[in-house]
Amino acid sequence: MAYSEKVIDHYENPRNVGSFDKGGSDIGTGMVGAPACGDVMKLQIKVNAQGVIEDARFKTYGCGSAIASSSLVTEWVKGKNLDQAMQLKNTQIAEELALPPVKIHCSILAEDAIKAAITDYRNKHGEQQPAEHVDQRAAA
Amino acid sequence: MQLPIYLDYSATTPVDPRVVDKMIPFLREQFGNPASRSHAFGWQAEKAVEDAREHVAALINADPRELIWTSGATEAINLALKGAAHFYKERGRHLVTVKTEHKATLDTMRELEREGFEVSYLDVASNGLLDLGQLEAALRPDTIVVSVMYVNNEIGVIQDIAAIGDLCRGRGIIFHVDAAQATGKLAIDLARLKVDLMSFSAHKTYGPKGVGALFVRRKPRVRLEAQMHGGGHERGLRSGTLPTHQIVGMGEAFRLAKTEMATELERIRMLRDRLRRGVAQMEEAYVNGDMQQRVAHNLNVSFNFVEGESLIMAIKDVAVSSGSACTSASLEPSYVLRALGRSDELAHSSIRFTVGRFTTEEEIDYTVDLVKRKVAKLRDMSPLWEMHKDGIDLASVQWAAH
Repeated sequence: MAYSEKVIDHYENPRNVGSFDKGGSDIGTGMVGAPACGDVMKLQIKVNAQGVIEDARFKTYGCGSAIASSSLVTEWVKGKNLDQAMQLKNTQIAEELALPPVKIHCSILAEDAIKAAITDYRNKHGEQQPAEHVDQRAAA
Repeated sequence: MQLPIYLDYSATTPVDPRVVDKMIPFLREQFGNPASRSHAFGWQAEKAVEDAREHVAALINADPRELIWTSGATEAINLALKGAAHFYKERGRHLVTVKTEHKATLDTMRELEREGFEVSYLDVASNGLLDLGQLEAALRPDTIVVSVMYVNNEIGVIQDIAAIGDLCRGRGIIFHVDAAQATGKLAIDLARLKVDLMSFSAHKTYGPKGVGALFVRRKPRVRLEAQMHGGGHERGLRSGTLPTHQIVGMGEAFRLAKTEMATELERIRMLRDRLRRGVAQMEEAYVNGDMQQRVAHNLNVSFNFVEGESLIMAIKDVAVSSGSACTSASLEPSYVLRALGRSDELAHSSIRFTVGRFTTEEEIDYTVDLVKRKVAKLRDMSPLWEMHKDGIDLASVQWAAH
């Protein structure tokens, strides 16, 4: 399986690996995927008082493309507000990383992960969910 | 020591230089067609083919007349299963095999099912071994063929072929054995084993790719319907001009296997055990398959909470496989490991290391060190490892699968 240079780069030098305290009021956590499928992503965002994502962390169990997809998302969402981050599309991830067809699902999972993290944050703050709601969250 | 290190001998082996040397003349000056009966070019080629046939027969203690040359083990398996099923279909239409067989067997069985035959696929125990009681219970009056592989390609376990042979012979059921991974790794004595058909591959035993053989017993006689027609070569069972150079290669490879197997196995077992000791020290590392009933070359390990493909990418200085080469293109976890009852996480997390004739101690030590470091790095990145460390039972989690 030949990986693109960008995928290899994200794998060798992953950005933002780690965890925030799940209970923090400024933290949103999204956990998607399943071990049975060979892909589990945990994505966390730290949101400031202005509703801007100031930091992000990820942990991923999955192939190189899955690791790269989630690493890339943590880079991209920093500095965006929640509405902007919610607009993130898997196609952008797939294009940036030059994912082959058999690995597109990794980018979809990464999109689900960030949306789950944002939804979690919003739930904590009793906010209105946007019209398009994401129901893919793991119950802890 | 050269990088990358090759530890995927079960996928294929380099052709032994001595084998290459034997083959080359048959590509250059001695290019005759073995079927050319009227001149020296043909006679020379025919002699080389028959000498090779004797070498292969000697390794397995069979009569050379019982060997049919094919393009590889896959073709031999196809010929054996389809050939026997079609020939004996008036006797019955039921076949029995095992869930952990190679795709060459499983896909051929599927094809026979499509033709109207009925196939039972038996489970194995968690150590990968077939239970004889289960096999016996699966046999019916209309069972015509049983197929069980000698050595499993993914986990290296050795099935009790002698006992299965006794069982089948007692009921007049044709017994086929896929021995592709067995030659040069254990002694095969077809004078003792009650096996009717046995499939061989050259490229798993330091011979060239593209050639193999099928053993077809003469006493008691086994009949097959030919699958390749056109000239009646190989007693009418497999038509097609014989590739002299390939066959000479297989003959020489098997000759070397016979003379060198005993000493080679000692060295290989030592190397494999060195690898196992290095890796067994690690937390949450599980060896797949029985360690006793196993060939000396194979070590299949699951590193929990780390996904197999990412680990293979991480240890790219070492050539290994996750599961088997034939299934590496699909997204599914290894069906062999699933059949052992391994959880999906462990099946996805497995690495198969297979050592061979040219492996060195230095290569083993390098590999152990690399695996330890990379598994640690990937576990740091893994949410599953984090949850495990936090004491969460992953089996209790409700996953939001895609």
